Amino acid sequence: MSEIVVKSIEDKYAELIKQRENADGSELSILNLGPVHPATHGIFQNVLLMDGERIIEAESTIGYIHRAFEKISENRPFYQITPLTDRMNYCSSPINNMGWWLTVEKLLGIEVPKRAQYIRVIMMELARIADHLVCNSILAVDTGAFTGFLYVFQYREKIYEIYEEMCGARLTTNMGRMGGMERDLSDTAYRKIRTFLKEFPAVFKEFEELVSRNRIFMDRCINVGAISAEKAMSYGFTGPNLRAAGVDYDVRIMNPYSSYQDFEFDVPVGKSGDTYDRYCVRNAEIWQSVKIIQQAMDNLPSGPYHADVPDYYLPPKEDVYQNMEALIYHFKIVMGEIPVPKAEVYHSVEGGNGELGFYLISDGSRVPYRLHFRRPCFIYYQAFTEMVKGHLLSDAIVMLSSLNVIAGELDA
Amino acid sequence: MSLTNEIVKQKVEEKFGESVKAFTEADFGLLTFEVDRAKAIDLMQFLRDDETLRFNFLTTMCGVHYPDNEIERQFAVVYHMHNWLDNVRIRFKAFLNGENPEVESATRVFLTANWMEREGYDFYGINFIGHPDLRRILNMDEMVSFPMRKQFPLEDGGRTDKDDRYFGREPQNSNLN
Repeated sequence: MSEIVVKSIEDKYAELIKQRENADGSELSILNLGPVHPATHGIFQNVLLMDGERIIEAESTIGYIHRAFEKISENRPFYQITPLTDRMNYCSSPINNMGWWLTVEKLLGIEVPKRAQYIRVIMMELARIADHLVCNSILAVDTGAFTGFLYVFQYREKIYEIYEEMCGARLTTNMGRMGGMERDLSDTAYRKIRTFLKEFPAVFKEFEELVSRNRIFMDRCINVGAISAEKAMSYGFTGPNLRAAGVDYDVRIMNPYSSYQDFEFDVPVGKSGDTYDRYCVRNAEIWQSVKIIQQAMDNLPSGPYHADVPDYYLPPKEDVYQNMEALIYHFKIVMGEIPVPKAEVYHSVEGGNGELGFYLISDGSRVPYRLHFRRPCFIYYQAFTEMVKGHLLSDAIVMLSSLNVIAGELDA
Repeated sequence: MSLTNEIVKQKVEEKFGESVKAFTEADFGLLTFEVDRAKAIDLMQFLRDDETLRFNFLTTMCGVHYPDNEIERQFAVVYHMHNWLDNVRIRFKAFLNGENPEVESATRVFLTANWMEREGYDFYGINFIGHPDLRRILNMDEMVSFPMRKQFPLEDGGRTDKDDRYFGREPQNSNLN
């Protein structure tokens, strides 16, 4: 423990500060933004070299909440990896959970019944709404508009109530099972989703009216942190941040999973890739998600909510207490005693922030030999240091919230 | 005419000959192959720049450790690329030396490789030659080991209560049932 990181970055900047002498006698300064700055919405640090209020150079330090998920996964049966995935992008945990189950089901060759697929789509789209609501309303807070945030957060709360009805948890959901869902849509859940679909559009419309055309908000966002499509692709951008730059790449369209091909929806794209476009794309995606949920609810197929795979799907709890066979299967599955082929699979889903990929190498044992998460935040956050160059400090804050960098996903 | 795995394979073999091998589509049609480590980044550039192949996106890359392999194949770097125009994905692997794992950096082809390679270095100690800033990224700078290598077990190796044999199972699960 000889030297801390911050100091070495400052040393690098010390040279630059010495070299440059401004005519008016002012000099460059170093600003430590983070790791626990309230405006960064997560634990990441940026050491900025500033000329007055303008950023000249930046250096990110990440890893403050690195929990070694990839290493932990190498020691855990598949069932125990889901709780790890929902701690990545904790604003849209169900998407992560479903992405993981879809990967495992692909490996094991499990065919999921239509009804379960539709319920998953509903949950994933609710998660996308929750994720984008957080991002956009916080962006408004960062530009000084608090009301919209408090208003739409009521509806994030309603989404969490639906999660609660489906899996018992709110934030870190651990939802779903190998081969389907752990329970069917209950009457309460059904009613809550219907109420949400009825009430939310009016509220969200009002939020848009409050914020989108607000002069101050527009001035703070337009032409701030623009990134070209070529650059964004080279930096590995996916999701709303890439679509804001004008590329219509969406995993739901490219490689449909969980019956996304059954739904009619648009992929909104922006033009300039700046903060305002990112905001607009997320807003438009919320409307599309509402549309998808509506369709899924209207066309919800009847049938079982999980595949008939006793080797992988936990038996009902009542049976476990009454029935020897069920108890044995319960024990086997919980201990990871399931037949697993030797194979490698890559599967990706459209997460809240882009392509969320799972690369699983299985050697036939009960734990993955190697599990790699393609975490969109980790991949695109590296562009941040380049994007902030030449901008004002206050713009950097706005850019950071519009990129929607989630610390859990960044550090895994 | 859309791009198929056969065309990719043919093109790549034509250009790289002996350096590419072990083609398979075992992962649900995803073309997977191995490439000599010396040619890995040339291959990536070829895949990106060739007019038919157009693999414009480096989806992800990661390291893997295979301590039981022969010395020349103890580490692997796995690259996933995606052609968005024809919607074709591929995966290729470069196996590295176990004593001295090094491979050329992909940063000259894709900017996104920067942090991915730093992660590969941080977790496995793979040396990416030509990387502009190869430092640890997620772990602290003072760390001396490369934690994702298999010689660092997560739990105390002396623990016996989690021995698989107590549960009456073979080391391999694939033959179960």
